[in-house]
Amino acid sequence: MSPDNIFEGANEDEESSSESNPSERKLGYGAAVVETMAQIMREDESVFLAGEDVGAHGGVFGYFRGLQPEFGEDRVVDTPIAEQAIIGLGIGAAVQGLRPVVDLMFMDFICVAMDQIANQAAKLKYMFGGGATLPLTITTAGGAGLSAAAQHSQSLEAMLCHIPGLKVVMPSDAYEVKGLLTSCIREDNPTVFIINKRKLADTCHVPEELFEIPLGEGHVIREGSDVTVVAIGRMVDEAKKAAEKLSGEGIDCELINPRTVQPLDIDLIVESVSKTGHAVIVHEAVRFGGIGAEIASQIQEQAFDYLDAPIGRVAAPFSPIPFSPALEKHYVPDAERIVTSIKNLF
Amino acid sequence: MEITDEILIDLYKRMVRVRLFEEEAGRLAESARLPGFLHLYVGEEAVAAGVCGALESQDQITSTHRGHGHLLAKGGDFNRMMAELMGKATGYCNGKGGSMHICDLDLAMLGANGIVGAGVPISVGAAYANKLTGNGLISVSFFGDGATNIGAFHEAANMAAALSLPMLFVCENNEYAEYSPRHKTMAITDVIERAAAYGFPGAIVDGMDCVAVFEAASLAIEKIRGGEGPMMLECKTYRFYDHVGVKGTASDYRTDEEVEEMRKRDPLVVHETRLIESGIMDADSIQAIKDDIQKEVDISVEFADQSPFPELEDMLVDVYTNGESS
Ligand SMILES: Cc1ncc(C[n+]2csc(CCOP(=O)(O)OP(=O)(O)O)c2C)c(N)n1
Ligand SMILES: [Mg+2]
Repeated sequence: MSPDNIFEGANEDEESSSESNPSERKLGYGAAVVETMAQIMREDESVFLAGEDVGAHGGVFGYFRGLQPEFGEDRVVDTPIAEQAIIGLGIGAAVQGLRPVVDLMFMDFICVAMDQIANQAAKLKYMFGGGATLPLTITTAGGAGLSAAAQHSQSLEAMLCHIPGLKVVMPSDAYEVKGLLTSCIREDNPTVFIINKRKLADTCHVPEELFEIPLGEGHVIREGSDVTVVAIGRMVDEAKKAAEKLSGEGIDCELINPRTVQPLDIDLIVESVSKTGHAVIVHEAVRFGGIGAEIASQIQEQAFDYLDAPIGRVAAPFSPIPFSPALEKHYVPDAERIVTSIKNLF
Repeated sequence: MEITDEILIDLYKRMVRVRLFEEEAGRLAESARLPGFLHLYVGEEAVAAGVCGALESQDQITSTHRGHGHLLAKGGDFNRMMAELMGKATGYCNGKGGSMHICDLDLAMLGANGIVGAGVPISVGAAYANKLTGNGLISVSFFGDGATNIGAFHEAANMAAALSLPMLFVCENNEYAEYSPRHKTMAITDVIERAAAYGFPGAIVDGMDCVAVFEAASLAIEKIRGGEGPMMLECKTYRFYDHVGVKGTASDYRTDEEVEEMRKRDPLVVHETRLIESGIMDADSIQAIKDDIQKEVDISVEFADQSPFPELEDMLVDVYTNGESS
């Protein structure tokens, strides 16, 4: 399987996060990236895109295809392999008043650029006493499940969330890709926009025109009375399946998708747990020190009296991501594991 | 130095081992029998064969995402390679690494790498260990033209020079980094200029000719072993297949004509012609070598097919040395 193939072939998301109407237009998750970029670049000349193979090739996953032909080589820049300089390019240009979108092909490569992300982009504003404004968007593809092994599959959002100054955004479907990417690019702070590489071909309803989904506002996908399931990124799909299965077994799940993990809509989660008395958090990243730990901690701080059982977490084991499909299929959380974890609460 | 017939045949066998294994891997990938990403080395065999042919068996190498050729040219085992590509427990990495992380520490092959440029600093470390322990070994890092644009390469080159380490830098300049032509991502024509910038010598080599590579590598290795500090070879080469996977034609970043033109300089054909013209081998003995090696490749596919997948219990093994992950 080559990265390019991932974009092809389609899977329809059961339900988009908007009120869905079957006659409305559907768009793929990857296609939503291109469409959003193109529309924003048309309306705002200060937006440009830079990264490895984002231009002539349209990105290794194809989600920047067509941008360079329309906007030219100066606004869709093919860079050398130089992750630190790619982020630096974005920071410097952002401070000068542009709105750069810089791409780090695979999320694992943020490690190569970590100084520019964590010590520079995240902190400049504060260190400068508020002087600098950084309307910078970093796009990157995270997530496992393609036998891409330990250096091309990671979910490192918790690392980023831990750094004051960054916003971390994890769209779970094409609708959110469009709304959240628009918000990221228009946002005056550095954001990391994490594209899930297994979602690229999945489609759902997406409005034609640009719209914003506010950063820091979660979304209740499904209301329920027995347990609050907080699912992040692609895990929303697995949690939906789990909720469906459990509804047949008399457990009514309320499913929450935080959409952004920094800032985190903890109020929405706490409110839900106060109603259900149970919580399970699901993410692809390793369990230890994952965002689930933070969410669980905040739930117990704010809703301790409402909890009828310990908070469950469904996440990856504490190992690098194994190459072999035989291991990887057990590594990445799925609906079955979510069902088991929820049942354990009762 | 004098190149014996034996060496010429040895270089040929190393290249054929890589070529036939890679062609097989490509076929398996196309029929969806290999999981993950596959970066084939076909077209660049002369570089790995020429350099590894000039090394002592315990000289260390680090490699790239395009790493099968380096390990095979150093004597890697077909069975364990193929099993790893299929994600089997009998593979080089017990199925945990796959194509991009293939390694054989017994052969001093310190790993392919999924992170571009990341092997270069690791080679600096191996070279430092060689210097400190006085073991007489040298360390070699293979990396692409694109990798020389990343910070890790520059830090490593400077450090190797500053510490005068026994290290050979081997740039495999195939003119592309993924889909980006070299001239769009650097303003110099020859990567070798980067060695000079850090104060060590280097040479440009015809990377489609295993003998040219072998000669240059031998010369450099002798000096490096003699304590003259790091050196660099820039091997001008070409990959025949796509960056990932097999499709070699109808690309949006290079023309079919260009690929065809370079295929005329196929390193195997170049060397076969030499072997035949100089009377060292004839068409039959060349075919015999290929047949023998193809048999080994076929056996490796069978071996890999029949090998078990790793078990769930293996998941947390080897996260740490002498201790379990939880
Ligand atoms: C740090 C990092 N950035 C980007 C990539 C994605 N990537 C994989 S191979 C490659 C091109 C490498 O080009 P080059 O070094 O010339 O090696 P070649 O593929 O031509 O052998 C890129 C950009 C990566 N693996 N690691
Ligand atoms: Mg290259």
